[in-house]
Amino acid sequence: MTIEQLNEIRESKRELVMVRKVIKEEGEKLAQKTGYRKQVLICGGTGCTSSGSHKVVDTLEASLKKHGLEDEILVVKTGCFGLCALGPIMIVYPEGCFYSQMTPEHVERIVEEHLRDGNVVKEYLYQETVHSDGSILSLNETNFYKKQMRVALRNCGVIDPEQIEEYIAVDGYQALAKAVTQMTGDEVIDEVLKSGLRGRGGGGFPTGKKWAFAKAAEGDIKYVCCNADEGDPGAFMDRSILEGDPHCVIEAMAIAGYSIGAQKGYVYVRAEYPIAVKRLQIAVDQAKEYGLLGEHIFGTDFSFDIEIRLGAGAFVCGEETALMTSIEGHRGEPRPRPPFPAVKGLFGKPTILNNVETNANIAQIILKGSEWYSSIGTEGSKGTKVFALGGKITNVGLVEIPMGTTLREIVEEIGGGIPNGKKFKAAQTGGPSGGCIPAEHIDTPIDYDSLIALGSMMGSGGLIILDEDTCMVDISKFYLDFTVDESCGKCTPCRIGTRRLIQLLEKITSGKGEPEDLEKIEELAMHMKSSSLCALGQSAPNPVLSTMRYFKDEYLAHINDKKCPAGVCKSLLHYEIIADKCKGCTLCARNCPAGAITGKVREAHVIDQNKCIKCGVCMQNCKFGAIEKK
Amino acid sequence: MEKKTVHAFNGTAEQEEQLKAVIREHHDQPGGLMPVLQGAQEIYGYLPYEVQSMIAEGLGISLSEVYGVATFYSQFSLTPKGENRISVCLGTACYVKGADKILEAIEQKLGIKSGECTEDGMFSLDSTRCVGACGLAPVMMVNDEVYGRMTPEKVDEVLAKYMNNDKAGEAQ
Repeated sequence: MTIEQLNEIRESKRELVMVRKVIKEEGEKLAQKTGYRKQVLICGGTGCTSSGSHKVVDTLEASLKKHGLEDEILVVKTGCFGLCALGPIMIVYPEGCFYSQMTPEHVERIVEEHLRDGNVVKEYLYQETVHSDGSILSLNETNFYKKQMRVALRNCGVIDPEQIEEYIAVDGYQALAKAVTQMTGDEVIDEVLKSGLRGRGGGGFPTGKKWAFAKAAEGDIKYVCCNADEGDPGAFMDRSILEGDPHCVIEAMAIAGYSIGAQKGYVYVRAEYPIAVKRLQIAVDQAKEYGLLGEHIFGTDFSFDIEIRLGAGAFVCGEETALMTSIEGHRGEPRPRPPFPAVKGLFGKPTILNNVETNANIAQIILKGSEWYSSIGTEGSKGTKVFALGGKITNVGLVEIPMGTTLREIVEEIGGGIPNGKKFKAAQTGGPSGGCIPAEHIDTPIDYDSLIALGSMMGSGGLIILDEDTCMVDISKFYLDFTVDESCGKCTPCRIGTRRLIQLLEKITSGKGEPEDLEKIEELAMHMKSSSLCALGQSAPNPVLSTMRYFKDEYLAHINDKKCPAGVCKSLLHYEIIADKCKGCTLCARNCPAGAITGKVREAHVIDQNKCIKCGVCMQNCKFGAIEKK
Repeated sequence: MEKKTVHAFNGTAEQEEQLKAVIREHHDQPGGLMPVLQGAQEIYGYLPYEVQSMIAEGLGISLSEVYGVATFYSQFSLTPKGENRISVCLGTACYVKGADKILEAIEQKLGIKSGECTEDGMFSLDSTRCVGACGLAPVMMVNDEVYGRMTPEKVDEVLAKYMNNDKAGEAQ
C-alpha cells in the first residue's frame, strides 16, 4: 500500500461516510452522490446485541428486499452509539432520525412508512428528539450528546467496524503514514509527550514518557502491548472502542512500534468480550491484507505485526507485569518492579503497554498535533475521558467528556438524573481500586488530580451512580468480595489482608460490629497499601477507606445502633405487617417462599421472624402497603 | 498430582485428534499454553486430568505447570458444566440494581448454589463479572443468550424456556 493508494480509497468512500456526519440538507446533497438514498445504521455492540439488534437487522434486510429497496438503502452495522439503555438503536441518515428500543415489528413499519414513503414514524423515535412543535432533533442535539466531546469514540457508531475502507474514509491510517514517512521515532514520541496524554487505564502515567523510556532501552527486539483486559466490573469503554473502531487501536500500536523500534505487538483482550475479539481479529486480518501491517509499511523499512491473545478471566492480569506473564503462558502473577517493563518486559525485552482508550487518542494527536490536543482539558489532565456511566442513572451508557467537566454536569445533564425521584448519594469511580465522590463534592471537576485529592481515582472509567437506597458498607463489601476473589495469592498483604478486611466488614453488616473494628480496618489498610506487591493489593482498601471517610455515620449506625440506614443489610432489618392496614388477602402468605407468614382470611397476618429470609417478596406483592421494612 | 476425577472421562478419538491439532498449531509459539487450554476447553467443555496430561505431553512441559495455569484463571473449569450454562452478572452496575436477588432466586429455583451443577446435568450456575451489558442491568445469561432488565419474578419465565423443552431453548 502506498500513500496514494490510501488516499484513493479515502476519496472513494468519503462521501458515503460523511452522510452520517453532516445532517439534513447538506447530508441529502451528499447522499445523492453516493447512490444510496438513505443509510440505516444499527448498533451491533454488546449492549444492543443483548437487546436483540441482530434480529432487527435480519428483519430489516428481509423487509428491504421484499419492498425492492435493497439497492437504494444501505444497512450499516456499527459499534456503540453510547446510549445502551435505549437499545437496540437505529439511526436513519441523512435525516439523523434516532429510533430507540427497536423490535422486528417496529422495523416493518419504519421500512414502509419512512424508508419507502418518506414519512418519519415519530412514535418510535427517542422521545427527547421529538420537539413539541413536531420538528425532529438530531442525535447531537440531545442532552445526552450535547456536552460530550468525542475524540476516542470519534468513529464509534459512525463507521462499520468490519470494513477497513470505512475507517480509511475518515482519515484512518493517515497518522501512521505521516509518522513513518515524515517523522522520526523521536519526533513521534515528542509529539505524544507534548500533547500531555496520560494513560487511560487508571494510573495516569504520561504516555510519551513511557515510550521514551522504551525507546532509550537497549535491545534489538522490543514489544508493544495493548491492555484490553478491562476488568473493572461496570466498565465497558475499551470494549466499545474495540467493537466500534478496532482499527484505531491497530494504527496506534503500529505508530508506537515505529517510535520505539518494535516489530511486534500483542493485544491482550478479555475472552468475555466475544464481539470485540471477533472484530479485532477481522481488523487485524484486513490491515495485513491491505499491507498496513506486515513488512515494509508504506514502502519504508518499518515492519510491524500484531497478535491477539485472549485472557481467561483474571482481574490481576490488568496489571502490567501480570499481563505480560500471562501472555508468556504462565499464571498471571505480577512481578516486582523495577525492572520496569520499558527496560525488561514481555519475554524479558523492553515493552510498552498502553490501554485501549489511550491508543484511541494517538492517531488524532499525530494528525491534528499536540497543540490541538493539549488545548482540551485542564492543567494537569489533557484531552477527554470516556466513562461508562451506570448504576442508578437514567441514561446508562458511554460518555466522553473533556477533562474538567463536573460530576454534576455528567449526572444531571448528560445522565438525565437519578430515576424514580431518588436522591443522588455518591458516584463510584475507579472500581475495586477506587473510591466514591459524595453528593457534597458533586461540583468537582473530573480530572486525575482532583479525584486523587478526594480519595478516589480516575481508574479506567467506570462511573457508577449510587442513590439513597445504596448502603455504603455493603458496597465496600461488594468490592472487597471482588478483590478477595481476584487476589492472585502471590503476596501475603493482599492475599490475607483482603480476607481479613472483608471479615471485618461482614462482622459489621451482620450486626456484630464493635467500634474498634474501624481502627482495625484503618491499620490493616495502611499495611496493605504500603506492602502489597502490585496495585491490586495496594488499592484494594480504597473503597473501604473512601466510604469510611465520607459515610462514617453509616458505619457507626451499623455498629452502634445495629441499623442499616439504606435498608440493605439483611441481618439488620426485618419485615413487619402493620395490622391496621392488612386486609387479610393472603397474597403475602401465598407468595412467601419460606412459609413464614400465617393468618386467617380477612384477618391481619403475622410474619414469623425466625422463618423469614428477608427476601422482600411479601412487600412487593402487598397491594395495601401493609408491610414495612425496618 | 493425585488423580481426582469425580466424573468419568469419556473423550472420543475425534476430540483427541482435534486437541492434537490445536497443540501442533501452538507448539512453537511463545506462551502457547493459554491458547491450547482455551482450545481444549472448547473441544471438551472442561479440562479434566486426562486432557491436562495430554497437553503437558504434547507441549513438553510438566503436568504441574499445566495444572497451575488451568487453576489460576476463572474461565478454565476442571469439572463439566451443565447442558445449559447459566451465569448471573455480579458486576457493579448489575449489583447495585439487585443482581444478588436474581442469583438467589435461581439458586432457590434449581436447588443449587453458584458454582454447582444440577444432578441431572441440565443446568450449571455461576456468577460472572461484568459482561458489559450494563445498560440492561441486572443481566443474566443462559448459554450465549443475554437476558436483561431481570427481576426475580422473570427468572421462572427464563428458566422455563430451557426446562420444558431443551431444544426450544437452543433454537432461541
